[in-house]
Amino acid sequence: MVPVTWYIALSAVLFMIGAAGVLTRRNVIVILMSIELMLNSVNINFMAFSYLLGDMTGQIFTIFTITVAAAEVAVALGILIALVRSNKTFNVDEIDALKG
Amino acid sequence: MSGPDVATFFSPGDFLAILPEMVIAGMACVILMVDLVVPRTKRWVVPALSVLSVAAAAWFSWNLAGSGVSAFSGMFVLDGYAAFFKLIFYIVAVFAVFVSIRYIKTEEIDLGEYYVLMLFSLSGMMIMASGSDLLTIYLGLELASLPVYALVGFLQKSRKSNEAAMKYVILGAFSSAILLYGISLIYGLTGTTQLAAISAALETGAVSGPLFTLAVIMLVAGFGFKVAGFPFHMWAPDAYEGAPTPITAFMAAGPKAAAFAVIMRVFLEGLFPAYDNWQMAIAAVAVGSMVVGNITAIMQTSIKRMLAFSSVGHAGYALLGLVAGSEEGIASVMFYLLVYAFMNLGIFGIIIMMRRDSQSGDQISHYAGLAKSNRLTALAMLVFLFSLAGIPPTAGFVAKFYVFMALIHKGMIGLAVVAALMSAVAAYYYIRIVMLMYMREPEKEFLLASSRGILCVLIIALAAVVALGVYPLTYKPRPARRSAVGQERNEMERWYP
Repeated sequence: MVPVTWYIALSAVLFMIGAAGVLTRRNVIVILMSIELMLNSVNINFMAFSYLLGDMTGQIFTIFTITVAAAEVAVALGILIALVRSNKTFNVDEIDALKG
Repeated sequence: MSGPDVATFFSPGDFLAILPEMVIAGMACVILMVDLVVPRTKRWVVPALSVLSVAAAAWFSWNLAGSGVSAFSGMFVLDGYAAFFKLIFYIVAVFAVFVSIRYIKTEEIDLGEYYVLMLFSLSGMMIMASGSDLLTIYLGLELASLPVYALVGFLQKSRKSNEAAMKYVILGAFSSAILLYGISLIYGLTGTTQLAAISAALETGAVSGPLFTLAVIMLVAGFGFKVAGFPFHMWAPDAYEGAPTPITAFMAAGPKAAAFAVIMRVFLEGLFPAYDNWQMAIAAVAVGSMVVGNITAIMQTSIKRMLAFSSVGHAGYALLGLVAGSEEGIASVMFYLLVYAFMNLGIFGIIIMMRRDSQSGDQISHYAGLAKSNRLTALAMLVFLFSLAGIPPTAGFVAKFYVFMALIHKGMIGLAVVAALMSAVAAYYYIRIVMLMYMREPEKEFLLASSRGILCVLIIALAAVVALGVYPLTYKPRPARRSAVGQERNEMERWYP
């Protein structure tokens, strides 16, 4: 029997790894993957709490989070394709037309 | 887990309650189809249908307003608070359509999807205003944001537009993840995602400690991103500058007001018992936004960028109403956002008029000497700038005045003083543009891309800014509270066909 705190700890670690990835990585695709990692850590949290509380809300929330994350990534990848067509780069340091 | 059957979860009344949202989302799908069959010469049908569907939704909302209904097991409420915000969203959406018609032809992006995405975003904002469960609020937030990400990058061939969209979508998704983590912690600590139940759980005093503080900080950060408050405002200048100008106007007035609707409902309904925990955090964001937004705006040369920083500053003022935490504070923020919608769309209407042929009108220096050749346009711009700066007798002054009064009545004199000082700083960069328009000689002739749509928006916005400044709204909304379920059903039946 795995205690609930383990799930919470796993989710916290995943969230930190994801956040660190967003802040330090320079490749747009890797940044998007890191965001997915953060969203999945949230899902683990919801599932663990749902199990702990014996309440369905967390599981329903997880289904919605997964759906929205898919939609979000679809939009992000669409924008990325347009961006790569005009910029020819995946590196966020070279995407610097807007400054000030 | 066995529960009650489906019939007790949904009733016809529930679907009646979301009728305005369904009209907008449904019509968006219809318009997407209509766009395919409309011949090139009859392009006006698409914006006309968009405006009509907003009008239809507004009519339904008007009839449903103030019924106090709580639908879908308390996930969705129709109170005066939601109705007021929906009014703001309808105005913003209609104005945004009007100012877009000519602009998207100039930029050669005259596609039906443009209006469709705008309508989807509108439906998301409406769900945000009515959401009373963190699940509905999150879904509304995403539904409002996702189409705007696409709209910001709508100038497909423009490098700036693509870049702005990419930055916006990455930071938007990042902030959503932070917000969701905060929501999951709140759910774990209180065992519910319903705002009223969260409030009840917090009132028992059983929920506290570092985990709860962490959850509150994550909620502040997540919502801070959405309203572009310091230090979470970094996406705003880039997104505002790169986006097509009507979309800049739309996102500065619409989704931002929706984010405020949500932030006030979550913090003042759900987390109100923990007022002491979040008050300092929000106050810090508010003061930071006012100082950084207004001071950075002084240094800008692009007018869209300047208005982006000014909107960061305005978010700071509006957040002060939330810090006050009183009914008066809520009312002052609601009035502030209504006024901000008018003055913001007005000034962006003029910036959009300046975009014609090779003339971009993006730089502040492009406005030098505007008053010499275009007296009325310059005068309108002057009124909007005075209103943004908060100079009487414009509505912007009254809006700031209400926020300051709410603060003073709660004894937060220090915050009110900082806010007043920062509006003096803000006056500098607004009035600098007025000076440029009136004191300089024009470098070349101005070509204004006026159209009936833009003129209509400018006249209404101008009238509203002056009228609300002279006769301000004094009505006080009731705080968001649900009444007994039985009574709500009767209210619904009164109107049910």
